[in-house]
Amino acid sequence: MKEMINVALPKGRLGEKVYAMFEKAGYECPSIKETNRKLIFENEDAGVRYFWVKPSDVAIYVERGAADIGVAGKDILLEYSPEVYELLDLNIGKCRMAVAAKKNFSDNTATTLRVATKFVSIAKDYYAKKGRDIDIIKLNGSIELAPILGLSDVIVDIVETGKTLIENGLEPKENIVPISARLIANKSSFKFKTQQIEDIKDKLKAQVKTDD
Amino acid sequence: MFSGLNLKNEEKAVFALRALYQKYGYIPYKMSKFEEYDLYVRNKNFLVSDSIITFTDTNGKLMALKPDVTLSIVKNTKDAPGCVQKVYYNENVYRISKSTHEFKEIMQTGLECIGDVDAYDVFEVVSLAVQSLAAISDSYILDLSHIGFVSALLDNVDCSDKTRKDIIKCLSEKNQSAIEKICFENGIEKSIEDKLNVLVSSYGKIGDVLPEIEKICDTDELKEIYEEFSELCGLIVDNGLDSSVRVDFSVANDMNYYSGIVFHGFVEGVPTGVLSGGRYDNLMKKMGRKSGAIGFAVYVDLLERLGMTDKRYDVDAMLIYDSSSSAEEVSRAVNKLREQADSVTAQKSVPENIRYKSLYKLEGKEVKILERND
Repeated sequence: MKEMINVALPKGRLGEKVYAMFEKAGYECPSIKETNRKLIFENEDAGVRYFWVKPSDVAIYVERGAADIGVAGKDILLEYSPEVYELLDLNIGKCRMAVAAKKNFSDNTATTLRVATKFVSIAKDYYAKKGRDIDIIKLNGSIELAPILGLSDVIVDIVETGKTLIENGLEPKENIVPISARLIANKSSFKFKTQQIEDIKDKLKAQVKTDD
Repeated sequence: MFSGLNLKNEEKAVFALRALYQKYGYIPYKMSKFEEYDLYVRNKNFLVSDSIITFTDTNGKLMALKPDVTLSIVKNTKDAPGCVQKVYYNENVYRISKSTHEFKEIMQTGLECIGDVDAYDVFEVVSLAVQSLAAISDSYILDLSHIGFVSALLDNVDCSDKTRKDIIKCLSEKNQSAIEKICFENGIEKSIEDKLNVLVSSYGKIGDVLPEIEKICDTDELKEIYEEFSELCGLIVDNGLDSSVRVDFSVANDMNYYSGIVFHGFVEGVPTGVLSGGRYDNLMKKMGRKSGAIGFAVYVDLLERLGMTDKRYDVDAMLIYDSSSSAEEVSRAVNKLREQADSVTAQKSVPENIRYKSLYKLEGKEVKILERND
C-alpha cells in the first residue's frame, strides 16, 4: 500500500488557492469541494490526505508530525519559529508585516513606545534591533482599534492592501518584512517520505510564479 | 531475561543501549544531579538554553540542576596524550521546553569519547549512533554532516556575524530561496551562493551525494574537509552501515558547540530527532583542553509514544472480597489466581477507572467468576 502524505491546509481563501496548486500538481481530492463540515479528505490513489486547520495552527500540526507537510504564512513561521523545514516559497498570499499608526503620528523617542500586536515576537525582535524601548500590548484581533482609542501608539500587523488601515484613519509607517505562503515539512517525515515530499515540492515549484 | 515484564519502550532502549556501549568498552559514568552553577555561566554558549534551575546549597554555594551532561564529563577529564577516555551515561537533565516554556525533565542516554580522537574513534562513535537507532526501531535514519564545509565557505566571505547566522539558520531549514535572497542582498559572490545551494539541496545516500560535494571542493581547505568526510563515509559503506545513513547539510546548527562531524538520528513515528551528536573540539578548547572529543545523546523519553498500542486492560484479574473472608483466605485466593493470570489485584469494591479482563468474587473460601471481557 502506498504511504499517505498528510497535508495541513490553512482554512480560508489562502487554503483554497493552495489546494488548487496541489490539484494541478496531480494530488486532487474531489470530495474536498463538497460543502459540508468534514475536516479530513483523502484520495488513496494519489496518496494524500488533506485537513483544514486554523492558519496559525498549521505549523504546530507539522512540527509535531500530525501532518507531514503543510502550508503556513511566513508571519506564523517568524512568530513561533517552529522546528520544521521550509521547503518552498509559494509566492501567494502575499502581504507584508508593517508598523502602522495614525496619519499624524510622530514617534516621541523620549518615551516608551506602546505597540499593540498579535505578533509579539516579531514586534519585540524588530524594536530590539532598533534599540527602542517598547511596551508590548498583545491583542488577538481588531488591532486597528488600539491607536484610535489611545491604547497604543503604533500597531505591528499584516498589511495586504492597506485599505482597512486607511478606513480607520491609520497608515503604514515602516515595513518590517514581506510575507508569503511557505511549504513546510516535518523534519522526521522528510526522512522517511523523502521521495513523495520532494515530488510534491517539485510539482508545486513548477507552478510558482515569480514576480518579474 | 525481561520478557513478560511488559517493559516500556524507553526502559527497553536504556537496557539495549547500555549493553551495546559496554560491548565496545565504554565505561558507565554516574553523575551527581547537581553541578556548580559557575560551570554553566562560564560556558553559556554551549548550552541549548540559558535557563537553568538553581538553588543554594547548605554551604551557600549556588548550585544547578544539570541542563547538560557533556560539560560535566569534560570538566572531569584530564588531557592524556595518546589516550582516549570512553564513557557512557544515563542521566536526567533539566531544560526549558520550547513549546510550553516550562522546565522539563529529559532522560538522556549517551556516550562521550574524549582525548586523542582519531579517524577510527570518529567512525566508532558514528557507527554506535547507527546501532543505537537500530536498537530502538527497525525504521531509522542517521543524518550525517560536516560543519567544516559551511564554515570554510563562509570564512571566505566578507559578511557580518548576523548574515552568517542567518545563512546557517536557512541551511538548517532547507530554505533555498532565503539563502538566494540573503546572498543577493549582501552582495555575496555567485560562486559561493552556488556552493551553498549545493549544500542546501543535497540530501541522500552517501554514494549519491558525495560526488556532488566533491565538485564544489575547489580550495585546499575544502579539499581537506572533503578528504576527512569521505574517509568516514567510506568506512560506513565498507561496514555495511550505509543503508540508513543520509548525508544532510541541514544538520548545521549549534556551530558554537560542534566542529567537524555532526549527526542527527530519527526513527519513524517520532516527529523530532531522537539522537544528536558530533565532534565538539571547540568546547574542549574553551575549557582549556588540548584534546578533542566526540559524543552523542539519545533522547530516551521521546520513545515513550513510539509504536504504542492502546492498552485494553490494566489488570488481568480483579478479585473482590468482603469482611467475611480472612486475610489468609484472600492471600490464598490471590496466589491461586496468579497461577493463571499475569496480574491480579484484590479489592473490596471495584475501583473506578481500572479496566480488568476478568472479575472474580471471593465467597467464603470459594472464588467465583463474575465477568469475562476477553
